[in-house]
Amino acid sequence: MTNRHQELGMSDEHVMEMYRTMLTARMLDERLWLLNRAGKIPFVISCQGQEAAQAGASAALDTTVDYVLPYYRDLGVVLHFGMTPEEVMLSNFAREGDPNSGGRQMPGHFGKRESNIVTGSSPVTTQVPHAAGIALALKQKKKEAVAFTTFGEGSSNQGDFHEGINFASVHQLPVIFMCENNKYAISVPLDKQLNVEHVSDRAAAYGIPGESIDGNDPLAVYDAVKRARERALRGEGPSLIETVSYRLTPHSSDDDDMTYRSKEEVDQARTTDALETFRHYLEEVSLLTPEGEEALRSEIRAVIDEATEAAEQASYPDPTTLMNHVYEEGNS
Amino acid sequence: MSTRNITMLQAVNEAMHERMEMDSDTLLLGEDIGKNGGVFRATDGLYETFGPSRVIDTPLAEAGIIGSSIGLALNGKKPIVEIQFLAFIYPGFEQLVSHAARMRYRTRGQFHLPMVIRAPYGAGIRGPELHSESVESFFVQTPGLKVVAPGNPYDAKGLFHAAVKDPDPVLFLEDTKLYRAFKQDVPAESYEIPLGKAAVVREGSDLTMVAWGSMVREAVKAAERMEKEKGWSCEVIDLRTIYPFDRETIIESVKKTGRAAVMHEAHKTGGLGAEITAVINEEALVYLRAPVQRVAGYDVPVPQFMVEDLYLPDAGRMANAVEKAMTF
Ligand SMILES: Cc1ncc(C[n+]2csc(CCOP(=O)(O)OP(=O)(O)O)c2C)c(N)n1
Ligand SMILES: [Mg+2]
Repeated sequence: MTNRHQELGMSDEHVMEMYRTMLTARMLDERLWLLNRAGKIPFVISCQGQEAAQAGASAALDTTVDYVLPYYRDLGVVLHFGMTPEEVMLSNFAREGDPNSGGRQMPGHFGKRESNIVTGSSPVTTQVPHAAGIALALKQKKKEAVAFTTFGEGSSNQGDFHEGINFASVHQLPVIFMCENNKYAISVPLDKQLNVEHVSDRAAAYGIPGESIDGNDPLAVYDAVKRARERALRGEGPSLIETVSYRLTPHSSDDDDMTYRSKEEVDQARTTDALETFRHYLEEVSLLTPEGEEALRSEIRAVIDEATEAAEQASYPDPTTLMNHVYEEGNS
Repeated sequence: MSTRNITMLQAVNEAMHERMEMDSDTLLLGEDIGKNGGVFRATDGLYETFGPSRVIDTPLAEAGIIGSSIGLALNGKKPIVEIQFLAFIYPGFEQLVSHAARMRYRTRGQFHLPMVIRAPYGAGIRGPELHSESVESFFVQTPGLKVVAPGNPYDAKGLFHAAVKDPDPVLFLEDTKLYRAFKQDVPAESYEIPLGKAAVVREGSDLTMVAWGSMVREAVKAAERMEKEKGWSCEVIDLRTIYPFDRETIIESVKKTGRAAVMHEAHKTGGLGAEITAVINEEALVYLRAPVQRVAGYDVPVPQFMVEDLYLPDAGRMANAVEKAMTF
């Protein structure tokens, strides 16, 4: 069979790193659910079903210069950009050492300045215009870099989506808008959210390229994001990419998805789970063996064990710091 | 009248069922309110009973939800909107504040908007920051809106009926801590509790506590503790409608007790407690034997999890305020 990743200019190491990100994201996410069900952490919001899109896209970006403005499911993106499993755990356990917010913000609201991960918050789609602004600054500073932002398909109905993309298009800004279409916005299915088949169809309204990609194919996502990045660096402006996959978990640990979709539907989606299909690919191109997979898994498991342990031991925020950082310290 | 022992969540749900049955022009709109029955299950069963043309799962866009509801109300319908969490109303803030609130005024009554916007609010359920805020102050600065915040199942049902019947837009705030906190005997029939009327939920002679939502229960707890530990007798007023609010009930009580403490989850600065204090000062200053106390959220965004408990006002903080007023 053809070696697709080499055709795309990806080295074996690069593609294995991408797989490692996918697998780490999945295994970490699974651990978070276990901890939640054991009553140790209050809330989980998942990446499951979107790891391939996240790892594929991240692999096409340059972590040393690009900015990412992720949304709450983007565990795969932030792991690639340098957030560690321990930091993720510190956030989920709401400990002082949480790099996002010192245990103040919701899990999944990623932000870590030194890794170019720009902080987000709970109201959906608000990061889209931020990405346009970051990209305008990049352009004015003449930086060879892009802003990359993500959001769900339901969220693409907010006014911020239109305003951010329109601004970026008018000014031909170096930004990539990626919609992770997982077919549901909590309980509301795609056809109750949009009257077009693809979120990417909306690109036409802004005069920018729009592409809909199989979100379970990390190589296809890598390819699309790589082309969008090159285009942005050539000064040709933004792109809208839609990755289509399926949300394999309930919306969050507070949701019961069986009230609005069937188990059969979820099981059906699992048959195209990228964690399976891409592992097969790696086996076919002889980059992975079942033993290799097991070794990789136990290595990741050890990292997650350690991260969990460390976060559990870590201290909560000091009550005397409750009022800190509302303004610049000493300046209010 | 037959009664059942139900939660506030069930009371709100029941009131919606009744309104939908009584008036076929009534519609429900919101995110995840259909099959899912709402993220808190407030609209459970309504989709099954009234179908997708009257229980509408909207696209995820609050400006659109509130804006289209304004259009519905302008054209003879009675929309009941669910905003998933109060702080997610911000994308629709413009529609609410610039249009819903002033449609009647700016058209000299030609157009008016019978609509209700329901929104869960408040901290204490481990839903941090924007999932936990009490931002009623934004809306009590908006003449043309009425703002209601029930503190128990019985009031929730009666106030909801009154809110839907009201010819003007009502923001109906539901304290998430109260949804399943306790049950109460609630009549099976529909009934109304008038908007703008507070309730004295505990009588007392030494100090008047004013609160709403779940803070009423904290106030009552503090009052009981003070009675037992110090022999002080506190009156507790549940404001119920927080804008425009019932000045008479507060003033009458303060004239009797000579002391007052206001309690709310919202940030202290510019919170409704400041307005209530000012009203007391304007109308009952000479009766006061101590400055009016305010027990409120700190001026910091609601933090999550462990720090949240430090943020949230409780009976202990209210007891301190009572002690301060009593020993002034
Ligand atoms: C402005 C706003 N309204 C409502 C919500 C509540 N909410 C959180 S996630 C979500 C669904 C998002 O769906 P989608 O955009 O498809 O992303 P997904 O969660 O499926 O990845 C909703 C309604 C919110 N966070 N912000
Ligand atoms: Mg979605």
